[in-house]
Amino acid sequence: MLAFIVSAIRLGMTLLFGSTGETITEKSGHLNLGIPGIMCVGASCGCYAEYIYIDSVVSKGLEINSILAVLIPVLATLIGGAIMGVLFSFLTVTLHANQNVTGLAITTLGVGISDYMIDKTDLIYIRGAAYFKASLPFASKLGWFGEVFFSHGVLVYLAIIIAVVTSFILNRTRIGLHLRAVGENPATADAAGINVSLYRYVATSIGCGIAGLGGLSFIMDYLNGNWEYVIDDIGWLAIALVIFTVWKPNFAIIGSIIFGGLYIASSYITGVSFAGKELFKMLPYIVTIIVLIFTSMRSKKKNQPPQSLGLPYFREER
Amino acid sequence: MFKNALKNKTPLIRVVKRGRDALPWQFGILVRAIAIISALIVSGIIIMMLSGKNPIEVYASMFDGVFGTPRRIWNTLQNTVILLCISLAVTPAFKMRFWNCGAEGQVLVGGLATVSVMMFLGDKLPLPLLLVIMLAASVLAGMIWALIPAVFKSIWNTNETLFTLMMNYVAIQLVAYFLKVFAKDGSGVLKPMPQFGLPVIGKYQFLLNIIIVAVVTVIVYIYLKYSKHGYEISVVGESENTAKYIGIGVKKVIIRTLAVSGAICGITGLLLVGGTDHTISTSTVGGQGFTAIMVSWLAKFNPIYMVLTSFLIVFLDRGAGQIATKFSIPSSISDIVTGIILLFIIGCEFFLTYKIVISKSGREEK
Amino acid sequence: MNNNLALECRNITKTFGRVYANKNCSLDVKKGEILAILGENGSGKTTLMNMVAGIYFPDSGKIFVNGQEVLIRSPKDAFEQKIGMIHQHFKLVDVFSAVENIALGVDDGNKYKLSNITKKVIEITQRYGFIIDPEKKIYDMSVSEKQTVEIIKVLYRGADILILDEPTAVLTPQETEKLFAVLRRMREDGKSIIIITHKMHEVLSISDRVAVLRKGEHVSTVNTAETNETELTEMMMGEKISLDITRSEPVNSVPRLEVKNITSFNEEGRKVLDDISFTAYSGEILGIAGIAGSGQRELLESIAGLHNLAEGEITYFDPITNNIENLRDKTPLQIRDLGVRLSFVPEDRLGMGLVGNMDIIDNMMLRSYTKGKSAFLERKEPKDLADKIIKDLNVATPGATTPVRQLSGGNVQKVLVGREIASSPSVLMAAYPVRGLDVNASYTIYNLLNEQKVSGVAVIFVGEDLDVLLELCDRILVINSGKITGIVDGRTAKKEEIGLLMVKSTETEGEEK
Repeated sequence: MLAFIVSAIRLGMTLLFGSTGETITEKSGHLNLGIPGIMCVGASCGCYAEYIYIDSVVSKGLEINSILAVLIPVLATLIGGAIMGVLFSFLTVTLHANQNVTGLAITTLGVGISDYMIDKTDLIYIRGAAYFKASLPFASKLGWFGEVFFSHGVLVYLAIIIAVVTSFILNRTRIGLHLRAVGENPATADAAGINVSLYRYVATSIGCGIAGLGGLSFIMDYLNGNWEYVIDDIGWLAIALVIFTVWKPNFAIIGSIIFGGLYIASSYITGVSFAGKELFKMLPYIVTIIVLIFTSMRSKKKNQPPQSLGLPYFREER
Repeated sequence: MFKNALKNKTPLIRVVKRGRDALPWQFGILVRAIAIISALIVSGIIIMMLSGKNPIEVYASMFDGVFGTPRRIWNTLQNTVILLCISLAVTPAFKMRFWNCGAEGQVLVGGLATVSVMMFLGDKLPLPLLLVIMLAASVLAGMIWALIPAVFKSIWNTNETLFTLMMNYVAIQLVAYFLKVFAKDGSGVLKPMPQFGLPVIGKYQFLLNIIIVAVVTVIVYIYLKYSKHGYEISVVGESENTAKYIGIGVKKVIIRTLAVSGAICGITGLLLVGGTDHTISTSTVGGQGFTAIMVSWLAKFNPIYMVLTSFLIVFLDRGAGQIATKFSIPSSISDIVTGIILLFIIGCEFFLTYKIVISKSGREEK
Repeated sequence: MNNNLALECRNITKTFGRVYANKNCSLDVKKGEILAILGENGSGKTTLMNMVAGIYFPDSGKIFVNGQEVLIRSPKDAFEQKIGMIHQHFKLVDVFSAVENIALGVDDGNKYKLSNITKKVIEITQRYGFIIDPEKKIYDMSVSEKQTVEIIKVLYRGADILILDEPTAVLTPQETEKLFAVLRRMREDGKSIIIITHKMHEVLSISDRVAVLRKGEHVSTVNTAETNETELTEMMMGEKISLDITRSEPVNSVPRLEVKNITSFNEEGRKVLDDISFTAYSGEILGIAGIAGSGQRELLESIAGLHNLAEGEITYFDPITNNIENLRDKTPLQIRDLGVRLSFVPEDRLGMGLVGNMDIIDNMMLRSYTKGKSAFLERKEPKDLADKIIKDLNVATPGATTPVRQLSGGNVQKVLVGREIASSPSVLMAAYPVRGLDVNASYTIYNLLNEQKVSGVAVIFVGEDLDVLLELCDRILVINSGKITGIVDGRTAKKEEIGLLMVKSTETEGEEK
């Protein structure tokens, strides 16, 4: 049971990166279906950077610096994800392209880039996983409590911090107010003197950078450094999580653990047939569908998707 | 006094939507051609950098990979028609502005239905009857999968993009589940059952698929352009208000159209399982449900153009695959090239819908 | 250079496609005055002000603020020049509270704290006499409250020049009075106010000077005290054109459509039609007058089967079979299936009456495509009809296969009216059929309506120009806040009489729920 919770948290935090990133993006009015591809790119950029770093250090016979071994891949991931975000924004904001189609094309491109990069990455990068997974020293002394709360790698805590900070920024700052306005009603935001294009560019790029960290965390933390070609599936799950948590990053902290739990529940539950476990993996999607239906049924103004989600904005449209 | 205020210069470049001065169609073709050619050049450069070969050699081997041998041509055609068929399936929904991103799942459940019929009725029924049941089952399954989000959309306006996306993964898990149930050895891999597959015409395994999709293309084209249903789809897609004004039951049209959309997806599932693989796996559709969205959109929802766009995508995919094998670079290069070209074509639409006005000349270009 | 000028526009020109919205427009506003911009629909008032507010960018011309030439490329630039505009369609974020909307886009260098902003907002409301709950969400607000938020928003940004685009169109007379009181207090405070309107009595009551626009051009600016309604009307309309619309006596008038005590609510639960009863007779044109948004649209849509009724009945008397049909709660399709020949030219031509991206032929089919048992479309008849309409009504178009979006407003309307008449209706409803049309196109439409009347159709005409209503219609029904305040004879009624009925307060005012 303990192992299950710990595992659910680890996977959940991976999802949390993705969903926080996508929430920021969606709050600006961008439905970015490129997130799965961007998480792939993020992961491969991070792994590639880790390989370059470890390789250069080891070849010189030096010690691996535990801080740099985490920091360098994280930065590389952020940059890689953000570049994809800029690309997405360039097409949807500057060239007014359809967001759904652009997002899907970005996913195709992202998966391709990521597969290519990981192919060029030496397996030596796996040694970096140890630094990602280094837990707080006193965790083991606190029994189950320490196991659940303190045994995780740095990215798990980063995910929570980012989610909390995002939630704060969205609800308590001027920038957040403006961002929400851009996603709800860009014409109004524009009339209020807010640079809609700039907000969309920046929010999408930051969001994509954060989502990229989800990919990195999945590989380096959850899978202990072993590459698996399923990051895009995790990406779709992250998009589902955004809906499940009704566009609220602070809800997503709990929501992501629930999702993580549902996703891996099948491996921990005894008495379920081999086949039945596959049905379990359906649960996150089904609960998302239920949430989606439920919010649409209530048709309340609260907890709805940003009003202009998926729509381009062109000032002189008439 | 003046100088301060005028520090800001007149905006040099402004974007204006093309209104009444719409473009001649030749211009549209020209812009798209430029986009494809520049994308090919860009991806040529990328491949060149990665493989160190000169671009001519690269393009030559792409052609070789696509048309090199009769077998390759058949494979190219087969891939094209499958992609085309899914694209045709999503098109009626898209024309209605219903973002059916669930083709992946709808095809998969169609395939699952086919495989189930093959497994359980295969040796109990005569082949012709079996084929009819396979067709009925696949169509029905695809339809149901598409109708679920459609019903919710029409009643509560539930966001269909997200709903259909989720349905894809439910379908994938459903297939994974049945694979474990069906495969007695517990491996989750089902042995092909070619004996219960669609009939093969002559020696050409894929000919029947191609013929069927050709027929579907013509039917969809006629359905959208010349039938009353197709007309209603256009009206609902263009303006729901107009639809209400002339008394079209919008809900009915949404549900009916998604039934059609799902049915064609189901047929694609039949072609993939019954006519090609004779078995199923969770990756039978392999993301083509998503690619089809782009194919349909790039073709402006016109079934005839879709023949071209789906061929373009398959050409890139297979061509890049060939390059990868030949120059021993990772096969992921094909995804990269496809992605780049798609983005170029998506981006070029801008120049067709908008025009750029450079106001230095003080006058708008005509 | 006059230092007393708050704002000056010089030779502003703006085109949309090939159409001039403004042509060499020049006007100025003094500090501490209320300037009214008067002009008919489509005279370019709003476009001109949108350029001052940074929504559009002029093709040519200069804008001066406080005597300095400025370049306004975005609303932000406008704010920097202390210019604020209250648009006709409110630019508010629905899910935000009033304060959040007010704070939007303002970075005063202070830390963002809603409670501080709320304090400031309350300060403003007290200073000018607004009544508003700062915490209330926009989606819970009435139109008048939303407008108040818009005005406070602009004041909160410290605007010295306020532009109001037809602010009274959505207000009750009492609300209008309150608004004017607020505006006067602002003027005393030294603000310059520009109010766009086409209501004469408001111009005279609130403004210091009036600038008149006609067809995108600035005609003249005069002191309100030195002018009168007739003079302004002449400037607005140009050289006095006698409308000279032919009007025949109704022949063989029999009841064709009877509306009895209908009441209806809109989506927000507000009463939009309140116990309306009237009868439309064959062979007459029944005009409907009222300030914008008084329930005209809902009334026509109710008859056409597009709007649900809470109470009442709509009865149709079939001229051929003499059947009596109840149209209430029927869909447009059911109404057609009953053999009721009802045609409807809606206000929103491209959004409702026609499909912009379809060509003329396909638009012809909108009404007739269901004909016949075949599953396929019959395009021959629609094509003939399209060709006929193009020829008979002189539609300027490259051909019948041109998408209607590419036609000019007048030609779009000809296509729409042509189609609606082609089905030889027995009731023809037209909402603002000449809005935005030039004189020639307008007369084409008047003639078409008259032809229909002569051939025995019951025509219902919703108009905004009282002169037209008075020359065209046999009877004029005046609607005010969803109620009928009078039905007058088109031949004898006086303009002032109708104007009064349009604005006079109704009993249940302000108690809507």
